[in-house]
Amino acid sequence: MKVRSSTFASLILILEVLGVALFLRGFFPVPVKSSLSSKSRQNLPAEPLSVGSPNSSHIPQPLFKRVVIMLVDALREDFVFGANGRTYMPYTRHLVERGSTLSYVAKARIPTVTMPRIKALTTGSIPGFIDVVMNLNSPSLLEDNLIWQAKTAGKKMIFYGDETWVRLFPKHFMEYDGTTSFVSDYIEVDNNVTRHLDSTLKRDDWDILILHYLGLDHIGHISGPHSSMIQPKLLEMDDILKKIHAALISKEVEGSLPYLLVLCADHGMSETGSHGGSSEPEVNTPLVLISPAFKRKVEMEKPDEIEQVDLTPTLALALGLPISQNSVGRVIASVLEESSLRDQLRFLHLNGHQLSCLLKDSIPDYEKEAGFEQYRVAEKAHGSWVKRYLEGNVSEVLTNMGKKVLKQYLEALSAMSSALSKQLGKYDLYSMIAGMVFVFQSPLKISSTEWSLSELDVLLLAGTAGHTLSLAASSFVEEEHQTWYFLLSTLCLVVFQDVCRKYFREKRGPGGEEEVLPYKDNPKEELYSEKWLALATPPFVLLCCRLLRSLNQTGVQWAHLPDLGHWLNSSEHKLVLSLLSALCLVFIYFLIQRRCSLVSKVALALGLLGVYSYRSAVGNVLFPWQHSGRNMSKGIVEARFVYVFVLGILFTGTKDLLRSQIITADAKLKNRGLWEIYSGLVLLISLLFRPHNLPVLCSCLLVQTLMAQFIWKKLHYDAAQTTIMHYWFGQAFFYFQGNSNSISTVDISVWFVGLDNYIEAPAIFLTALSTYAGPLLWACHLVCYLSSERNRSPAAMGHGCYCLALLRSVPAAAYIVLVTVLRYHLFIWSVFSPKLLYEAMHLLLTAGVCLIFNTVEQSHTSAAA
Amino acid sequence: MWDHEIRAMVSTHAIIAASIVVATVVPAALVPDFSIYGTHLVWLYSVSGAVVAVSVAIFWLLGISPPTRKHSLGYKLSRLFRSCLYFFLSCLFFHTVVVLYGAPLIDSALETFSLAVLLSSLTTVRCLCVLGPNVQAWIRVFSRHGAMSVWDTCLQIMVALTVLGAWMGAFPIPLDWEKPWQVWPISCSLGAMLGYLSGLVVAPMWIHYNRKQLTYKCK
Repeated sequence: MKVRSSTFASLILILEVLGVALFLRGFFPVPVKSSLSSKSRQNLPAEPLSVGSPNSSHIPQPLFKRVVIMLVDALREDFVFGANGRTYMPYTRHLVERGSTLSYVAKARIPTVTMPRIKALTTGSIPGFIDVVMNLNSPSLLEDNLIWQAKTAGKKMIFYGDETWVRLFPKHFMEYDGTTSFVSDYIEVDNNVTRHLDSTLKRDDWDILILHYLGLDHIGHISGPHSSMIQPKLLEMDDILKKIHAALISKEVEGSLPYLLVLCADHGMSETGSHGGSSEPEVNTPLVLISPAFKRKVEMEKPDEIEQVDLTPTLALALGLPISQNSVGRVIASVLEESSLRDQLRFLHLNGHQLSCLLKDSIPDYEKEAGFEQYRVAEKAHGSWVKRYLEGNVSEVLTNMGKKVLKQYLEALSAMSSALSKQLGKYDLYSMIAGMVFVFQSPLKISSTEWSLSELDVLLLAGTAGHTLSLAASSFVEEEHQTWYFLLSTLCLVVFQDVCRKYFREKRGPGGEEEVLPYKDNPKEELYSEKWLALATPPFVLLCCRLLRSLNQTGVQWAHLPDLGHWLNSSEHKLVLSLLSALCLVFIYFLIQRRCSLVSKVALALGLLGVYSYRSAVGNVLFPWQHSGRNMSKGIVEARFVYVFVLGILFTGTKDLLRSQIITADAKLKNRGLWEIYSGLVLLISLLFRPHNLPVLCSCLLVQTLMAQFIWKKLHYDAAQTTIMHYWFGQAFFYFQGNSNSISTVDISVWFVGLDNYIEAPAIFLTALSTYAGPLLWACHLVCYLSSERNRSPAAMGHGCYCLALLRSVPAAAYIVLVTVLRYHLFIWSVFSPKLLYEAMHLLLTAGVCLIFNTVEQSHTSAAA
Repeated sequence: MWDHEIRAMVSTHAIIAASIVVATVVPAALVPDFSIYGTHLVWLYSVSGAVVAVSVAIFWLLGISPPTRKHSLGYKLSRLFRSCLYFFLSCLFFHTVVVLYGAPLIDSALETFSLAVLLSSLTTVRCLCVLGPNVQAWIRVFSRHGAMSVWDTCLQIMVALTVLGAWMGAFPIPLDWEKPWQVWPISCSLGAMLGYLSGLVVAPMWIHYNRKQLTYKCK
């Protein structure tokens, strides 16, 4: 007996998922690590050629006594240095322009997400991309890092702010207060940090104070960088900085070491207010160092650009601590400028030594590296300089020579640092190729089916192939939604042409040779209205798609353009949003209730009501009889209420399915079961979607109903054509709901729908569901549709499953090859890798849908037998 | 078999192509700072005008237009009026389609409409010349086996290639090359123009090489 095609296809998809997993493992590199066991005491190198002198292998005296690090989450560079800086942060701006400060633009590496950035700031290394996935679920940091070094050196540290730090560095702080991040709150979260400030600043028992303010980031997530809430928040931050600065000045004692106040950010904020990608505003963060040790500024200077990780070795040296082993940063030379030349050289030597050790461990032929060579030369020159210095030579010549050594060191440092950063882009080709072999045998095994090509088939084939090819260009990956919208519009037009051809030829009567008229028995009038409805469907779908695409601007180039989603979300239009979402929920009910049993209908209605009350509880929409003074709750009760109905509907659906299979073998019951499961899914998604996205769900259902009723059934499209159309629609709807190929558009607010705090498993499940709602709904609709059309073509199910597997696996396989070829591309991390993760996830989901196909088809055959 | 007609077609197409070249070159002398990218709309309207004028003149002279049964002036005027109306409607139609494809609705409405005018003058005008303002005939020609003469086949090829050219012209828009021709609607109108020009060449050749296979019902 032949293996059923759908079983075969799902098996192959599962194999491909495994292959992609293997590929991913090889593709995302392990970060550069020093071979020394973590946190082992490293031996500090001696100052070159000064064996006799007493404190040769010690670090020079620290430059600063106390350090306050004020980290403002998502503080963009232009909030301080830009044109608005004067109104946003007047005091800070004044210090930058006139005070004794040093200002830089610190470039954060991708992924611009909080936890990897904190790791980078404290260890100086560049965490791997895969850290995004682990964000918010941070176990303690085991690598050598600045905080640990400070603790070992006996420094007393205090931390207030984001709880991530407390989890990364348990038992490191003398005193701490971690605030959990809950995106909708941006006032309390900062007050919880500031309330400790007054008492702490009065005390003298600490050396390092770290503050991490989250409010700005939350505002960004809620309403973007141009919202009216930004300015008050930045003024608040400015006041806090002023307060700290004043306290530090008042504590200043003549003769002792000065203080250092650092204002920095972990990452910036994109034009839509989110982060994670690599656009300029996300990457560029301000870094302001304030200390009386620096020269007083006279006017605004354009800040230099440095790497974010450069802060780590600088802070370590300035505090008299060893640099962390895995740090790839280089010390900021101008911070050290005020110390003696000997100390400066020593600092650079220490940094150089640490980088060269790391280089030795991570690159096999490190001796060929230009930076390593330069370092050796500089070290030698340094040695001879120290020798002359110790001999008591104080001439001008010696100073000049010392400056030359300094320059050599700086060059060596930058060369080694960049060599190490490049090293991070190295791949495990072996597992990549193994994964690729796995992936490739899959599409090859799927035999192609023969088609006699009509215009529609040409378009479907060319579109699929063209889309696959377009993935080679980074712009087309960034703007993939444009490809799908374009293809979808063309598809609608071609379908329109098909419809016209059918109905006009039919009308002209005797000419309709090959057309069989199936509706001869129908009354004339019904045929007439049906004709016009069918003719109106494709233009209507086109119109729908055009409206939806202006709902959420995504991508990169045009993402900043105003869209309907922003308009709806602004507070003045809350009433419109409420009416719209209520209307959509009613529509959704009427669109899906037709095929359900009575129990599910009631559950569905109550569930949709629950969705609305959840949204009003969270504060997104207005509720008619809501008390104005009511506190904002998290809507936990309402959300759980909806979950109960979702489970109920899914349960009824599964029961119907099982009954149809085991007891009665009734096709009608089975279809009802499938539709009920489908409606359960719709209800769950309507809960997860933000209210401005409900029109997407609504029109998704509307388009499905119309297309099924008037196009797919009436025009006798075969399973393959229907499947491809479903797939295209699914892809387009993925982007209609505001997704893009960048990690930052993943809506993480669904983590807290009905949950008090972050729990990993449901959070991942809900995120995947809400992100892939479009493709998933269309794939499920395909199952339901093909199953209900089974009387017409029994093989349709298997065929559809086949096509779906083929459609998903060919682009995935092609993309993997592309990524391998382009692995040294400039945009590999920012554009191609996130897309790879999206592709892998989509593949996994499709494999799941194919398994459902499989079980449904299996039950068909057993029912038929 | 249709040697005579093919020859007529080749010379017609040569004249139209020449008129397009002239319409591109002449404004350069008249308009200061003329360039296809910089003053795109000027070029666009000059080319559209040239194509419309030359096609109408040639097809009227060649007498390919369907014979008019009545010769009264009023009938001719009404035909002329209907042709203009159809042209305007087709502009609106193209404009709607382009907006549905994602062109901004309000921002660059003039550019979008100009593109619609160009597309109409490349496709609809020829339809009007060959078939007259007769919707039934249009539907016949554009259904699957509806061509009834060499000129119908040529019309099918030309229209298909022009629309295809405009369609493909949209491909480079999302690329981040920041070239002057990526500005809306330059790439699309250039695509349509290239499609039209290649249609001028391809149509007679295709008909020539496939003349054995081509059979027309009512010829």
